[in-house]
Amino acid sequence: MKNSTASKIKITEEMNSSRRDFLSKATVAGTITIAPGVLLHSTSAAASGNTSTKADNEEVSIKNRWGMLIDTARCATGCTDCVDACNEENGLVGHGRPETDTQYIRKVTLKEKSTGHELSLPLMCQHCETAPCVDVCPTGASFVRADGIALVDKHICIGCRYCMMACPYKARSFVHEDVEGQKLTAPRGKGTVESCTMCVTRVDNGGIPACVEACTAENHNAMIFGDLNNPNSDISISLKSHGGDQLRPDLKLNTGVRYQGL
Amino acid sequence: MTRFLRQFAVLVYALIGFTLLSTSALAETPFPTIHEPSDESKQCIHDEHEMRRNHMNYILHERDETMHEGIRGEPESLANCIDCHVEPNEQGEIAGIDSKEHFCNGCHQYASVQIDCFQCHADRPQKFIKRSSHTSSLRNQLQQTLAAHDASSEGVNQ
Repeated sequence: MKNSTASKIKITEEMNSSRRDFLSKATVAGTITIAPGVLLHSTSAAASGNTSTKADNEEVSIKNRWGMLIDTARCATGCTDCVDACNEENGLVGHGRPETDTQYIRKVTLKEKSTGHELSLPLMCQHCETAPCVDVCPTGASFVRADGIALVDKHICIGCRYCMMACPYKARSFVHEDVEGQKLTAPRGKGTVESCTMCVTRVDNGGIPACVEACTAENHNAMIFGDLNNPNSDISISLKSHGGDQLRPDLKLNTGVRYQGL
Repeated sequence: MTRFLRQFAVLVYALIGFTLLSTSALAETPFPTIHEPSDESKQCIHDEHEMRRNHMNYILHERDETMHEGIRGEPESLANCIDCHVEPNEQGEIAGIDSKEHFCNGCHQYASVQIDCFQCHADRPQKFIKRSSHTSSLRNQLQQTLAAHDASSEGVNQ
């Protein structure tokens, strides 16, 4: 990511003055002709594909595919900043029963038995394109939004938990207890299944998921969020240059969450 | 014949009696007081009578659009209702959904219509939601689990 920024600066420096003049004039002309609303949406951060630029009353579309990229080399063993941020963001509450307490993200340690090499990584809903949870849901409560975010519509969920069985990543949890003090942006209640929503309200409002925000804020920089369909987004650039693996690629689920350094 | 008439009269009296009883019982149930937002400059998005009759349709419509299509910022949202209508009282206490003082529950209890929204949704504006005290315990628990895992170091093959 840093490399790409550096190369862009270099190119800018190499540009001759007449070209630079032309560009600056063109930008001024563009600013005048473009309506204020459009201008708002063409800011550099928004156009980069790292966050959503959709208007409030606009439908999500297949033009975007939101994803996350996790660099396992930067993900420290024992660090739970992303999990803590997720719990806080979604108001997740523990009852002292780890087997059934809700978890959207969990830290998993992978160990290669032959070499003893260990990796630590956050594991959450992988936001599959062809999601097994959607296949098995008898009511249509499990669904993948047009922009690739897998969700549970708790208005329709009957709590049968087929999706929990079907998910190869064990990403879903069932709410066993009455819930009080829910967050405004994270409704959750007894008798329904839930999982990582990729902080869908934040994403729709042009933000990034809480876990990515926390990881970046703590300067670990192990997580990138962005639009997989936009070749200019940080996530696409990193995937193009360094690659990124899916967990269980043999299942051909085309996951939205990718890992580097597996 | 007279016997039949007498029986009929008794039946009529009984019916009138029941009606009187039930209306007097109804009169004793106090009409719910509806909380008006303290900020009088605020106005509801629709006429009062329209909202009373059709609020559920507005919310239902908005619910599906938001959930499945990601359309946000519609004025007809549950969060917007709550934002204006649920406020702390003079003592600074805020009524939860179980209380008759809650804007939604006041009428719903009166009309005996069960309301399911708040099994999942927040029953008060975000600024009045207390931070959960459990989150820190969840953190401790996670740390313990991780520590236990490191100790046993159960391997997973890739």
